[in-house]
Amino acid sequence: MLRFIFGRLAVLIPTFIGVSIIAFSFIRLLPGDPVMLLSGERVMAPERHAQIMAELGLDRPMYVQYFDYLTGLLQGDFGRSIISKRPVIDDFMTLFPATMELAICAIILAVCLGIPAGVVAAVKRGTWLDQTIMGTALVGYSMPIFWWGLLLIIFFSGTLGWTPVSGRISFLYFFPPVTGFMLIDSLLSGQKGAFGSAVSHMILPTIVLATIPLAVIARQTRSAMLEVLSEDYVRTARSKGMSPFRIIGVHALRNAMIPVITTIGLQIGVLLGGAILTESIFSWPGIGKWMVDSVFKRDYAVVQGGLMMITLVIMFVNLIVDLLYGWANPRIRR
Amino acid sequence: MKKLSTLLAATAVVTLMAGSAWSKTLVYCSEGSPEGFDSALYTAGTTFDASSRTVYNRLVEFKKGSTEIEPGLAASWEMSADGTQYTFKLRPGVKFQTTDFFTPTRELNADDVIFSFERQYKADNPWNKYVAGATYEYFSGMGFPELIKSIEKVDDLTVKFVLNKSEAPFLANLGMDFASIYSKEYADKLQADGKMEMMNQQPLGTGPYTFVAYQADAAIRYKANPDYWGGKQKIDDLVFAITTDAAVRAQKLKAGECHIMPYPNAADVSELQKDETLTVLKEEGLNVSYLAYNTLVAPFDKPEVRKALNMAVNKQAIVDAVFQGAATVAKNPIPPTMWSYNDAVEDDKYDPEAAKKALEAAGVSNLKMKIWAMPVSRPYMLNARRAAELMQADLAKIGVEVEIVSYEWAEYLKLSSDKARDGAVILGWTGDNGDPDNFLDTLLGCTAVGGNNRAQWCNKEFDDLVKKAKLTPDQAERTKLYQQAQLVFKKEAPWNTIDHSLVFMPMNKKVSGYVQDPLGIHRFDGVDIAE
Repeated sequence: MLRFIFGRLAVLIPTFIGVSIIAFSFIRLLPGDPVMLLSGERVMAPERHAQIMAELGLDRPMYVQYFDYLTGLLQGDFGRSIISKRPVIDDFMTLFPATMELAICAIILAVCLGIPAGVVAAVKRGTWLDQTIMGTALVGYSMPIFWWGLLLIIFFSGTLGWTPVSGRISFLYFFPPVTGFMLIDSLLSGQKGAFGSAVSHMILPTIVLATIPLAVIARQTRSAMLEVLSEDYVRTARSKGMSPFRIIGVHALRNAMIPVITTIGLQIGVLLGGAILTESIFSWPGIGKWMVDSVFKRDYAVVQGGLMMITLVIMFVNLIVDLLYGWANPRIRR
Repeated sequence: MKKLSTLLAATAVVTLMAGSAWSKTLVYCSEGSPEGFDSALYTAGTTFDASSRTVYNRLVEFKKGSTEIEPGLAASWEMSADGTQYTFKLRPGVKFQTTDFFTPTRELNADDVIFSFERQYKADNPWNKYVAGATYEYFSGMGFPELIKSIEKVDDLTVKFVLNKSEAPFLANLGMDFASIYSKEYADKLQADGKMEMMNQQPLGTGPYTFVAYQADAAIRYKANPDYWGGKQKIDDLVFAITTDAAVRAQKLKAGECHIMPYPNAADVSELQKDETLTVLKEEGLNVSYLAYNTLVAPFDKPEVRKALNMAVNKQAIVDAVFQGAATVAKNPIPPTMWSYNDAVEDDKYDPEAAKKALEAAGVSNLKMKIWAMPVSRPYMLNARRAAELMQADLAKIGVEVEIVSYEWAEYLKLSSDKARDGAVILGWTGDNGDPDNFLDTLLGCTAVGGNNRAQWCNKEFDDLVKKAKLTPDQAERTKLYQQAQLVFKKEAPWNTIDHSLVFMPMNKKVSGYVQDPLGIHRFDGVDIAE
C-alpha cells in the first residue's frame, strides 16, 4: 500500500510543474494587461504604463518571470495580488473555506440522494420509477446553473419567502471567523439563531451546486448496478435464497461502487467549476467568484496562484480517491 | 441570591432588547467588492463608496446631489490673484475616528493634509510605495504631479498649496476621492509597528462612518462615527452586502434583505417601480456615450461626411432599444446636468434623405466603414453590439456598408486609441469631478489625441477655447467659453453623440434622506431608516 501511495505522489510532481506552466501562461495569453485595465476608459500615457509594468516586474522576459514565480511557489510564496495588494495565499485562505463548505454540503447531498436513486432505478429497471428518476437526472444534468439558481431564488425566496436570497448568514449576526466554515463558526459564536440562519442560507446554493453531480452520480450508479446485477454471483446469491436487500446492499453495491467512487472524485473538479456560477448567483464569498473577477482584471498573481492552489486541492482529492479505490478494489494496489 | 440572579438576567434581556430596538441598521446591496480601502490607490467607484465616501473626508466636498463644491475639512479658502496659490483654513476640532485598532490622541491638523498628498507624489516618502505596486492613478491622471509645486504648513490649521500654473478645476479636483485626508498619526503608528499595509485594509479617517470589519467578498460593516464633525448619523450600523448579480440584488431588495441597491437591470426597473414597498429614484447620469470617427482617416476627415453620417442614425431608436427608454438622446459632449451645458445647440436631425444627399454632395459614394462595438456593458452604453446593429441598418439606408467589429475589452481600449485606427468606435465617459474640462479637454483636446481623444480630433478653435477656460478662474467666463466650444463641436461633428443614460436607485420606502449623486457616488451621510 505504501508503494502505491508513493507511486501516486511521484506522478503529482510533473503534474504540478505542468500546471504551473499552464497557469502562468494562460492568463498572459489573454490580450490586455492589468495596468491597462486598471485605468479603464482613461488612457494611460505609454511612459507611465511602462513604468508601472516595470515596478510590477511585468516587463521582464517571460522565462525570468516564470522562474521567479516557480522559485516563489517552491518556497510557499504564491505572490501578491496586483489589485488588492494582499498576498494571494491570504485571500485564498479566507475565501476557500466558503467554497469548501458549499462543496462538501453539495457532494453530501449528491451522494446521499444520487446513490439511492441510482440503485432504485437499477433495481426497478424499465418501470415508471426508473424512467422518472433517469428523466429527472437528465433534466438536472442539462440545466444551465445560472438559470436554475435564479429560478429557485425567485420561487423560494421571492414568491414563497422560505429561504434567504443570497449570502452566507443574515447581516444581523456578526462574529469573527474562526474556522471559516459558517456552519461551525455560527455554532461557536453562541449567538442565538445564527446557526439556523447559516443553515437557511446554505439550502439553495447547495441544491444548485449539487444538481449536476447528483444527476451524474445517479446515472453512474444505475449503470454500474445494472452491470453488477447481471453477474453470475448475484444470480447464485439469488438462487440461494438470499434476501434481495442483502444482495443489493452488500454484494452488488460494493462492487458497483468502484466506478461510482471514481465519478464522485471527478465531480470535485466539476464542483469547483460549478462553484464559479453558484457563487456568483448567491453572492457566496468563495474562490470561484474571486478567480473570475481576477481573470477580468488580469490580476496575474491571483489567477496563477489561485489556479495552483485549486490544482493542489484537486490533486489531493484525486489521491484520496485513488486510495479509496485501492481499498475498494484490492487488485489495483499492485 | 436566586432573586438577584433572576433580576440580573431580566436586566440583561431588557438591555439586549432595548439595544436591538434602538440600533438602526441600513443594508446596502453593493455591486462588488472594494479593491482595497486606500482610495488614492484605485479608480473604481465601488472602492470609493466603501472607503472615501464613508470613512474619509476631503478639504472640499461636493454638495449632496450636486457637482458644486462646499467646505469640507477646510472651513474656508483663499485663492491668490494669479490663481497659483490656494490657502486653506482647516476646520478646528475635527476628530479622527476611534476604533478597535487605533485611538487618536490629537485632532486634524495641517500635517495630515500634507501627508495625504505628499505620499502620492514624493518618491522618497516612505508611504509612496508602502504596498508593492502602489500607484496613484487619479493623482497622476488629474495632472497633479506636474501641477503641484509645494504644499506648505502655515500654521497648525492653515495649509498652502502652491501650483506651477493657474488651473480652474483645481478645487473640484480636491473634492475627488484620491484627495481624501488621512491621519498622519495613524500612519506613523502603522509604520512604527511595521504594519503599513493595514492602511489599505483598516481605514481610519474623519468621515461619517467608522470602519468595523470587512468580510472578503461578502460584507463590509461600519458604525456611525460618534465624533463626526458634521454630527452623528441617524443610522447606527451600515452594512454593505456585496451582491454582484443585479437580478439577485433586486430579489434581495424585494425580500427586505437589503434596503437600497445600485445599478438595477434595465429590464427589472418597471417591476421594481410597481412594488409598493419600494421607491425608485432616477436621475440623468453624468455621462455620455458616443460614436467617435477617426478624423485623421479619409473620408472621415471631412466634417460634412461626419455630419451626413450623423443625420442617418436614428438615435431615439437606439435609446428605446438598448435602454428601454432609460436614457436621453445626447446632442452635446457633456450631459445636461453639468454647468455650461449649451441647450441652444441644435442636433443633427435624423433625416436619411438629407443624409444621403449630403454624402453625395461631399463626393462620397459606395462608402464602406467599420463600427467598433464594445464587448462590455457600461452605464452609458448597456449593449454596444445592439446599438451598432441599429446604426448598421440605418446607414445601409443611405448606401453605407457597415462592418461591426469588436475586441476583448482591454484590447478594445488600447486599439481604439490608435491614430491609424480603421473605423468609428463606440465608447463613452463618466465624469470624475463635475467639471466640463473633464469631458471637453480630456476627451476632445489636442493633447488627448492618440489617447482619450478617440476621434483623434484636433481643432484649433475648439482647443483654444477649452484651454483658455481651464486657465480662467471665473466660472461665468468659463461657462461662455465652454458653450462656444460646444457650438464648434457640433459644427465639426467629430462624434455622433448617442445618449446620456439615466441612473436608477431602487430603495425601500422606509429609507429617507438618500440623494442621488450626479457623480455616481453612493453616500450615506444624512440617510435614515424608519423602524
